Amino acid sequence: MSAATLAGLTGAVLAGLGLYGLIIQPDPLRRILAFNVLGSGVFLLFGIIARRGAAAGALADPVPQALVITGIVVAFAATALAVALLVRLFGETSRVGSLAELSGQTRGDGADDL
Amino acid sequence: MIVQTLDISLAALVLTLAGWTVLAHGTFPAVVSYVAYGLLLSLIWVRLFAVDVALTEAAIGGGVTGVLLIGAASKLRNAALLATERELTPPLRWAIAALCVFTTLALARVVLSLPDPSPTLAPEAVQDIAATGLGNPVTAVLIAYRAFDTMLEKCVLVLAVVGVWSLASDQYWGGTPSALRAVTGYGTLTFFAQLLPPFGILIGIRIFWVGADEPGGAFQGGAILAAMWMIIIMARLADAPAIGGRWMRIALAAGPIVFLGVGILGFIATWGFLAYPAGFAKPLIIFVEIFMTLSIAATLPMLVAGPPIRAPRP
Amino acid sequence: MNFALNLLSVTAISVGSVFFLAGTVGLLRFPDALSRLHALTKADNVGLGLVVIGLLPLAYGVLGGLKLVVVWALVQLSGATVGQLIAQSIRRNGPTA
Repeated sequence: MSAATLAGLTGAVLAGLGLYGLIIQPDPLRRILAFNVLGSGVFLLFGIIARRGAAAGALADPVPQALVITGIVVAFAATALAVALLVRLFGETSRVGSLAELSGQTRGDGADDL
Repeated sequence: MIVQTLDISLAALVLTLAGWTVLAHGTFPAVVSYVAYGLLLSLIWVRLFAVDVALTEAAIGGGVTGVLLIGAASKLRNAALLATERELTPPLRWAIAALCVFTTLALARVVLSLPDPSPTLAPEAVQDIAATGLGNPVTAVLIAYRAFDTMLEKCVLVLAVVGVWSLASDQYWGGTPSALRAVTGYGTLTFFAQLLPPFGILIGIRIFWVGADEPGGAFQGGAILAAMWMIIIMARLADAPAIGGRWMRIALAAGPIVFLGVGILGFIATWGFLAYPAGFAKPLIIFVEIFMTLSIAATLPMLVAGPPIRAPRP
Repeated sequence: MNFALNLLSVTAISVGSVFFLAGTVGLLRFPDALSRLHALTKADNVGLGLVVIGLLPLAYGVLGGLKLVVVWALVQLSGATVGQLIAQSIRRNGPTA
């Protein structure tokens, strides 16, 4: 087994762990963390594909590496947007009372000056 | 390259930290564990001979995402209101665990059955690289061969900033986002924020500049510049800029606009959309990269700072 | 000469690793947060310094060695700052863990 294969297997386990956390965790911030773990596991799978594509003097195939760099930046942008949504949602629910009151039933006292 | 003790220890550490991130009791330990996990993951990327990816993972994946998540964990400290109220019975947990184990096994099967010799684009990438004037194949792929993807990625960053800003209340539009730290006047932090940014800016510019021939590039250098700016904002030496400010918006939009402009220039001059003319490629690429770095250095702190919470000054 | 340099490298890196090990044991075993901070900063400064000294003969030329020393200086700066901030926070708010 080579180093790249071990990294690929690590990526597979990370993807499974991240998926488990994404489904199990009730807290949305923990879900965002698990989603990031899942994403970085998938990127490691790209890494093994890049490493095995070493040829012609390049130690690793550059195209999957570029895809992973793009992926890391886009994953950060998505995480930032998700965190901003969470913080805003928390601001609203702490003002209103709870998630159920915010999403479903109306309170009829003008709590809609979003 | 056969597996060594270093690889096994790195894999064990990374898996332990990821398990702790997913399964820890409490949000703050999970976030801290995620930051450490990101940094160790970048070591695994170095072992895979992907040094550019390692730099990006350490800077953006571990560093900037860590700042974002630590800030979020502190803001959401009392967020029991947000947790969904369904209860997961043990049989359901076992079923979900079985699903995840099945996913892992499927991906591991894919990893172990990759074709040998594996198809690769490295020869084509390296063979045409002299025409672009670059020495680093990853930078060539990012800016020259797949420039369209990179330009769209810059647009995604701008869209994310617009999305974050749109969460502001109407009366705060155009104002400044929350300060990244709620307290003021730490002498230590002020000293740090006065000492480090000059060196950090030099290092960031150097990592961007050297990305043409060696591992580095616009994303990594831009992330370091963004980190320096975030340190200054966190030490309250300067406020986060108002989102309605003209220079702020120009800095954010400069990257995609310049990239798109160079692409359209190529279209007009019959080189092809986002193609570079032979002989003039490297100056154009550096020109695009400068504005990309500026844009990234402006975008990342605004994404971390969040929507404005103070009304703009008239 | 080469043998002496290699011996220096191995010795310095090993002793540096011992400091890191000591710092980790301190992190796990010390009773309160301030003493754990103390253990961590020892690992940061002395341990990393010894590792850098051990790597200097193996660096790529003078510029590579200079970069290693700059890395050490930056880690010291950030480690010292973060240690001070955590200690101030503990003194202000009381220990949280």
